[in-house]
Amino acid sequence: MATTKKSPPPADDPALVAAFEARIAAGESIEPKDWMPERYRKQLTRMMAQHAHSEIVGMLPEGNWITRAPSLRRKLSLIAKVQDEAGHGLYIYCGTETLGVERDELVAQLHDGTAKYSSIFNYPTLSWADMGVIGWFVDGAAIVNQTVLAKASYGPYARAMVRICKEENFHKRQGYEICATLAKGTPSQRAMLQDAIDRFWWPSLMMFGPSDKDSPNSAELLKWRVKRKTNDELRQRFVNLTVPQAQAIGVTLPDPDLTYNPETKNWDFGEIDWDEFWQVVGGNGPCNKERLAARNAAHDEGAWVREAALAHAAKQRRGTEAA
Amino acid sequence: MTAKSVGGARVERADEDDDGRDGEAGGVGAGFAKAGDFAVAGPRRAPFGDPLVEFLLRLGDDRLILGHRLSEWCGHGPILEEDIATSNMALDLIGQAAQLLRLAGEVEGKGRDEDALAYFRDAVHFRNCLMVEQPKGDFGYTTMRQFLFDAYSVLLWEALVGASHEGLAAIAAKALKEAKYHLRHSSEWVVRLGDGTEESHARIQRSLDELWRFTGELFERDAVVEGAARAGVAVDLEALRSRWDAIVRDVIDRATLTIPADVVMQSGGRRGRHTEHLGHLLATMQIVARSHPGAKW
Repeated sequence: MATTKKSPPPADDPALVAAFEARIAAGESIEPKDWMPERYRKQLTRMMAQHAHSEIVGMLPEGNWITRAPSLRRKLSLIAKVQDEAGHGLYIYCGTETLGVERDELVAQLHDGTAKYSSIFNYPTLSWADMGVIGWFVDGAAIVNQTVLAKASYGPYARAMVRICKEENFHKRQGYEICATLAKGTPSQRAMLQDAIDRFWWPSLMMFGPSDKDSPNSAELLKWRVKRKTNDELRQRFVNLTVPQAQAIGVTLPDPDLTYNPETKNWDFGEIDWDEFWQVVGGNGPCNKERLAARNAAHDEGAWVREAALAHAAKQRRGTEAA
Repeated sequence: MTAKSVGGARVERADEDDDGRDGEAGGVGAGFAKAGDFAVAGPRRAPFGDPLVEFLLRLGDDRLILGHRLSEWCGHGPILEEDIATSNMALDLIGQAAQLLRLAGEVEGKGRDEDALAYFRDAVHFRNCLMVEQPKGDFGYTTMRQFLFDAYSVLLWEALVGASHEGLAAIAAKALKEAKYHLRHSSEWVVRLGDGTEESHARIQRSLDELWRFTGELFERDAVVEGAARAGVAVDLEALRSRWDAIVRDVIDRATLTIPADVVMQSGGRRGRHTEHLGHLLATMQIVARSHPGAKW
């Protein structure tokens, strides 16, 4: 696509904004060729890019265990899972192109550290049990998020979420099944599982983002149906879904304040360590440097391959034109 | 023996008894049979095991080890599309390996399944060729290795589709389809990189030069190949070699590359005589399974 930078229509024309908001209110889906406020386009691009980057960076902590998976069946399903993540990344990058932003531009922002991705992937994977717990918690949290995104107002993103959610559901079941197997296993397998849960529980709760009172974009995103539920609502939903699953396989969650509240029918939970959250988001988590270094290394070391592919394609074209 | 040659000079050994046993060796050897009772002359090579089991292990181990090397690229490829393609081929190869090792375990009849064979054998018991265990190198090295192996694999599966061993013939039918796709993919990349830029041409030519010494082993005939043929799994490796040469030369020509001349071939993997790389690969692959013997995953 050569002409991606379309000259934007008058972004703040109140009549256009009113018509746009009326369509949103009526539950209509917004398509690439429709008029949309510049801020809507920007917010969506930001969200979709973050999502795509998360899929790509998310390949690293799980890819870390492919070569050590303890059975061939588990090895195959882990490779397939990481491959699905690459596919999701590709699919969502294509989605951002419908908003006029090229993949190269977004990837460059990821590599220079200006773009964000899910903070959970800045934690290291230290044992095989992490492959189970990531599937259970991280894919579980992603499903909670994406189920509501599948009803978002922007058509291409909503449709991508429907498809991606199906695969994430499969990944989550697979992860939970790894956990259930470890929970029934030897004492050292059980210990490995509990340790992984203790490391990933709080970072998983942080995946839903800052608390509503510290989330400045939320009101506008909700109004335009880019988001449909607040961070805290989604976080609570995740906790409510996950606690009974933990009880079912006999593991504990590392929060002494976790209690069932019969009035609200919610599982109340303790305070999140927001200092840790902001450190990780700000680039100072345990693996931020390593993740970016790995992505940059792959990109830099692959430069000669991409150049060769372009050079060969150009020669082929010249050959066809000459013939 | 009372004298020993060291660096060409004869050195007198006054401290040895007439029968060649000195005091120290006698101490270490305590509890073993007396030297005179023990037939010290052994065979030059350990005899092969059951040829069909050995043949299936060769097929399975080639794909397990190559799939492992490919899987090391996951998340680190030069383009996202190649991450997907590489993972896809690793999935095919490891999937084939699982089926082949399961079959090898069944034919062997000692109760070993595919995981026992993959995770609880040491390097000297692996039967893969040397080419597949070499480190992944750069994308050019990986591409060239895939190509050389894929061309071999397509021809091998074509031959084995007709095997009178039904279990293997069924695996071959599915694997052939996968291998054909792999060969198309790797051939295209060899041409792209060979014909691309000066740098890509130099890199992939170097990979071809480095890998060529491992190609002879693919076509070596031995008692296992002959024994497997008698068990209904016949592969005419000479015919296969000439067809492989034709495929390889065609692609190498189109890629404007040159097959290196006068290369001394290396082999040994089929008998468990590997390069040092395999031990490290297995240390990684087997660490979790071996740390928890008897555990289910």
